Amino acid sequence: MPTEILMPALSPTMEEGTLAKWVKKVGDAVAPGDVIAEIETDKATMEVEAVDEGTIGKILVDEGSEGVKVNAPIAILLAEGEDESAMENGAESKSRGAPASAAEDTSATRETDEKQSSKAEASSGGNAVDDMSARRVPAEGKTHPDPDDPEGDLAQEIPEGTEMVSVTVREALRDAMAEEMRRDERVFVMGEEVAEYQGAYKITQGLLDEFGARRVVDTPITEHGFAGLGVGAAFGGLKPIVEFMTFNFAMQAIDQIINSAAKTLYMAGGQMGCPIVFRGPNGAAARVAAQHSQDYAAWYSHVPGLKVVQPYTAADYKGLLKSAIRDPNPVIFLENEILYGHSFEIPKLDDWTVPIGKARIHRKGKDVTIVSFGIGMTYAVKAAEELAKDGIDAEVIDLRTIRPMDLPTVIRSVKKTNRCVTVEEGFPQSSVGAHIASEIMAQAFDYLDAPVLKVAGKDVPMPYAANLEKLALPSVKDVIDAVKAVTYRD
Amino acid sequence: MAAKSNKSGSDSASAKSATTREGSAREIVKTLDHFDAPKPATFGKDDEVRAYRDMLLIRRFEEKAGQLYGMGFIGGFCHLYIGQEAVVVGMQMAMKEGDEVVTGYRDHGHMLATGMEARGVMAELTGRRSGYSKGKGGSMHMFSKEKKFFGGHGIVGAQVPIGTGLAFSNVYNKTDAIAITYFGDGAANQGQVYESFNMASLWKLPVVYVIENNRYAMGTSVSRASAETNFAHRGLSFKIPGFQVDGMDVRAVKAAGDLAAEHCRSGEGPIILEMMTYRYRGHSMSDPAKYRTRDEVQKMRSESDPIEQVKKRLTEDHGMSEDEVKAIDKEVRDIVADAADFAQNDPEPDASELWTDIYAEDIPQAAE
Repeated sequence: MPTEILMPALSPTMEEGTLAKWVKKVGDAVAPGDVIAEIETDKATMEVEAVDEGTIGKILVDEGSEGVKVNAPIAILLAEGEDESAMENGAESKSRGAPASAAEDTSATRETDEKQSSKAEASSGGNAVDDMSARRVPAEGKTHPDPDDPEGDLAQEIPEGTEMVSVTVREALRDAMAEEMRRDERVFVMGEEVAEYQGAYKITQGLLDEFGARRVVDTPITEHGFAGLGVGAAFGGLKPIVEFMTFNFAMQAIDQIINSAAKTLYMAGGQMGCPIVFRGPNGAAARVAAQHSQDYAAWYSHVPGLKVVQPYTAADYKGLLKSAIRDPNPVIFLENEILYGHSFEIPKLDDWTVPIGKARIHRKGKDVTIVSFGIGMTYAVKAAEELAKDGIDAEVIDLRTIRPMDLPTVIRSVKKTNRCVTVEEGFPQSSVGAHIASEIMAQAFDYLDAPVLKVAGKDVPMPYAANLEKLALPSVKDVIDAVKAVTYRD
Repeated sequence: MAAKSNKSGSDSASAKSATTREGSAREIVKTLDHFDAPKPATFGKDDEVRAYRDMLLIRRFEEKAGQLYGMGFIGGFCHLYIGQEAVVVGMQMAMKEGDEVVTGYRDHGHMLATGMEARGVMAELTGRRSGYSKGKGGSMHMFSKEKKFFGGHGIVGAQVPIGTGLAFSNVYNKTDAIAITYFGDGAANQGQVYESFNMASLWKLPVVYVIENNRYAMGTSVSRASAETNFAHRGLSFKIPGFQVDGMDVRAVKAAGDLAAEHCRSGEGPIILEMMTYRYRGHSMSDPAKYRTRDEVQKMRSESDPIEQVKKRLTEDHGMSEDEVKAIDKEVRDIVADAADFAQNDPEPDASELWTDIYAEDIPQAAE
């Protein structure tokens, strides 16, 4: 049976084109790969190759014709042994047009669609537009709805009577890795100076002695390469901990982190993912200037498929790193050099873990909610202490995980305090605080008595000079000022 | 097997060209002095039949994919492998069960060669629910843990450290599997390739770097993009041996693959095979291919076609009749027609799939 040759789509966006020239004429034999015509699109002139073998039986669109729609028949091809008479019965009509739709009845799928999306967005805010129309209240004479469950879920993570010991963040990180490496043979750590040098910041101290060079691997200075190698090792069934000497250097490797690690589970339709931890110090240290002083929390928190953790206390460092190593997803574990030497009380338990995605109420209060994470907590905690002296009772929430973010805990607190200040060291635009502010506006607008204010690093590259560096970072005073502004004091 | 000859003092080290295949301008060059490019493998009739069938399947599949693209069933980018079939088929014939494969975006042929189903690959191309990635990956992003195919990577060169990491896991797990890591002459200029070469050689990782030199990185010819156009030499400063292979002759590829696999499995570390090959079609479907002449393409098709070479040997050397060859053609056409039919009629993914597979709940990578 003769077949129709259709006007081909030659680019993802092409809808029509000009049939510039016929290279073959009626009666010509064609073989696969032969050019039969030339087509002009808005971008280029393209040659059309024959796919099937045969003889041109009829040309349906003359050369020079403009606006020939994609998929319109342009010629008829006769198969071997056929002549013109074969065309009288018409040509084989090749299926064409848009792909068949998955759901013929789109309304039938809408319900599941919404259910799915509200489930998936539960942590990031639901449908803001629908929520708005449901609670349209006049601005004047505004009263706050009663907050549900004002105390929230304050379930103790640490069992009553647990012995507490003082441990530095540095020791907590090493212990977490050592415990997980003892527990799971697939876990290994790789990075620059992690083995023989015992860690550039001594986080991996002692690991080489205990686990040997097979599982504690010194790499060359080659971030892009070893991040990708770690991804491949994870594909191969291992559980790599990739240490970046600092996250500033991970920018060399960010393609592997995002395109290869974060997206694979989705791109593979759930068939395989990438269980890997990328960890190392992040943010400003002290006097190391612009290229070595950046907080990447907001960057990585932008990416679906990644989990992003930035703890403050040693207990959280240990518990969250153990959870990160066990997690089947890629986890960005952001540490802070200045905190490495800080000591905190940590529960003396055989297997202390902290769940990823759960915030911790660090200090209870009723007048304002201060949300922070990582080293930002040092400003938040000191500010809360100072504010208490002025009679302002601040609730301090340590997010601990940036993605998936525990917004329910933040929203619950804001519904109680009606005011919120966020604190972080990163740049202000598109910051973690900016995201929190937008979610509070969407989910708790009627509870707010003041705009949400964010305290962040200044919108400048980090300067070297001691005085300028101090000015560029957020301060306790910045936090106090912001809290006073939203509580209308002074 | 023509593997390592003596490492020292061989005067053949100075020979620039070990073999030159008749009728081809390709020069087979060896690099480190302990490697000679092997002679093409000797194929029995069964080998020839397998090579013919597997290459033809890729050819017909890709032609059909091109056709479906033209009809609007396949969207986005679609990079066809037509012309390069001997590379993956020959390498696959040299591999053992458990060996891994990873490649870039021109990946349909690699998937079919590893034994992935034509239906699942085609349905992924049309973005349907029965595709290997449930329609969420598309042409450039498909995986099969079962067949040890680890993608399908859309970022040029990104698969190279990943393949190196697969080889790392083989050493870590003390298996004798090797990781076949394919990339093109374009990707060979990416920095991460050399970071990988360094680590692979330093740690003696069992990885075969197969550089598919099809002469054009999109529209830029090798000589316009590469200071050193002999890619087999690219591992020299990392002490990685390499040699050029006639990538249009499946037997030459098989012999090179055998040698490389033995090298890797014996703990000698990585090796580079530069496959001299050619793509007949444009870089992608929307490439007018003005950077080369029609004659160049037609000359390659008529004189060096990898499938025609095997077909000729089947009929002339192995006494297969025209009808027997046509029976294989028909079997292949039927598989492809079935895959295309399936891929056009399979439903699109359910809307709920938008929100699945972003995070793993359990541990999919547990060492089964």
